[in-house]
Amino acid sequence: MSVLIFIDHSEGQIKKASLEALSYGAAVAAQLGTTAEGIILGTVNTDLATLGKYGIKKIHQAADKALDALDAQVYAKLIADTATQSGATVLVFSNNFNGKAVAPRVAVRLKAGLVTGAVALPDTSNGFVVKKNVFSGKAFGHIGLTSPVKVISLNPNSYAIKEGEGAAEIVTLSVTPPAAKVKVTAATQATGEVPLTEAELVVSGGRGLKGPENWGMIEELAKVLGAATACSRPVADAHWRPHHEHVGQTGIAIAPNLYIAIGISGAIQHLAGVNRSKVIVVINKDPEAPFFKAADYGIVGDAFEVVPKMIEAVKKLKGIA
Amino acid sequence: MKILVCISKTPDTTAKIAFTQNNTKFASDGVQWIINPYDEWYALVRAIELKEKDPSTAVHLITVGGADMEPIIRKALAIGGDEAIRVNAESHDPFYIASQIAAIARQGTYDLIFTGKETIDYNGSAIGGMVAELLDLPYISLATKFDLNGTTATVIRETEGGEETDEASLPLVVSCQKGVAEQRIPNMKGIMGARTKPLKVVEPAAAETLTSIVSFELPPAKAGVQLVAADNPAELIRLLHEEARVF
Ligand SMILES: Cc1cc2nc3c(=O)[nH]c(=O)nc-3n(C[C@H](O)[C@H](O)[C@H](O)COP(=O)(O)OP(=O)(O)OC[C@H]3O[C@@H](n4cnc5c(N)ncnc54)[C@H](O)[C@@H]3O)c2cc1C
Repeated sequence: MSVLIFIDHSEGQIKKASLEALSYGAAVAAQLGTTAEGIILGTVNTDLATLGKYGIKKIHQAADKALDALDAQVYAKLIADTATQSGATVLVFSNNFNGKAVAPRVAVRLKAGLVTGAVALPDTSNGFVVKKNVFSGKAFGHIGLTSPVKVISLNPNSYAIKEGEGAAEIVTLSVTPPAAKVKVTAATQATGEVPLTEAELVVSGGRGLKGPENWGMIEELAKVLGAATACSRPVADAHWRPHHEHVGQTGIAIAPNLYIAIGISGAIQHLAGVNRSKVIVVINKDPEAPFFKAADYGIVGDAFEVVPKMIEAVKKLKGIA
Repeated sequence: MKILVCISKTPDTTAKIAFTQNNTKFASDGVQWIINPYDEWYALVRAIELKEKDPSTAVHLITVGGADMEPIIRKALAIGGDEAIRVNAESHDPFYIASQIAAIARQGTYDLIFTGKETIDYNGSAIGGMVAELLDLPYISLATKFDLNGTTATVIRETEGGEETDEASLPLVVSCQKGVAEQRIPNMKGIMGARTKPLKVVEPAAAETLTSIVSFELPPAKAGVQLVAADNPAELIRLLHEEARVF
């Protein structure tokens, strides 16, 4: 019996969401009185032994460059085989893009019950029950898993990274990967920007900003805060902003520590994607905007006057000239 | 070519989310049901577009659900598709549902299986991957663009802060999201035609259920907004820094 955590990476870096998954998996292992192990497919620039500080005893690695690109079918086979060989009874993924591609396949291979979008540690007082987001963030569901092996996919920004002491033992995977059927022909990464799903701070703009030419101040506020940028659906639909910035019920669901909504009315479909943010700030000129009901802090005012002053205040606070 | 499109229903996006029977059941009284937006706007429409390009293409819709699924599947047929299959079973377990879809897919030998990115009620994002594994097919998730050249698919999928271009040969399973197609409104001809399109009801295949919903919970209400004067944004920044401590 052990807990096996999938470690996701891109461009040589382990993703923050995977550090959360490692911390979560270690806590599940402690709860079950067993050990936590990791599995990483491909190559990274990190000394994997240092992942021991998240409570990981052993890391299974297939340091094969061909595995740097994801093929869900290949990954699922390697992860499921490793789980079986190492006797893992709980597998943990991050519910990020790659996790969504791989976890369901692994669950099928292991005949394991699957919970995606977990937001808390399992309740093992009576069975094995995992809390997850349902109704696009409008509610939680408690899902019981009855199979001997269980797969949990943890929502990003839902479990705090916990660092301690320790070094992990590295073992080389003894399996040969099957041939990939999906060929990655190109990959682009917006450099220097914080990926929205991993961001702790998010500045978001809506139709109230009138047009794409007015996004300079949104980007600047995001930059001085070290935040990612997001937008409402009509803004993405009108191509004022790239569609991957679209948050909400039919876009990306996020849970940052801070969400600043500027010129967004707060329609129910928008709120669904952002209401798990720890702190919500609303800047809107209409005091009746529904977003204020979901906000922690707000300013009723014109964004074009308020936002530049916010930028000034952040610069002053951070000592940026 | 044959395409199978997975269709499910969800409460309308403005539906009130509440629970009954000691928080174990979704309160569906008075709730308006819609086709899951990702299934309708992206998966279904892209399949129809492929058929428009190559009229020899057959587009079949599949749903796993009770008789109350029928108006929804007819609505989907009004947008497009040649026929529909309803597996007469109700379940919230992704493995059970995927097993049903895989059983139908095996009989139909489909070249392409499309799902939506996720349903907007249970947010599982699991069916496509599970069906692919059950059928031992490649799976490309969260596609934002899908093109077909003969039997080779070129798919763009979203990644953290970026995107990736993938190439794979059919047969293939793809989950679709924004970018793959544009929402279509059914026209009168489509609505009339949908009434006579075949809708086959089949009984479920034997499959295990590996998860169950124990209960639901609503998030705690917010304490209320703290407003700061419009001429003093510096005070807001101070509160975020010193009181909320978010930066
Ligand atoms: C099925 C379905 C799914 C949907 N999914 C999503 C989704 O995922 N995400 C999403 O965002 N929406 C979604 N929507 C759309 C949603 O209903 C709203 O239409 C949308 O969120 C509104 O965007 P907005 O707030 O930017 O624009 P508006 O509603 O037009 O609001 C603009 C706001 O800006 C304010 N404003 C104007 N000028 C200024 C100024 N100078 N300074 C400050 N404030 C100003 C106004 O007071 C207003 O509150 C969906 C709708 C449907 C039907």
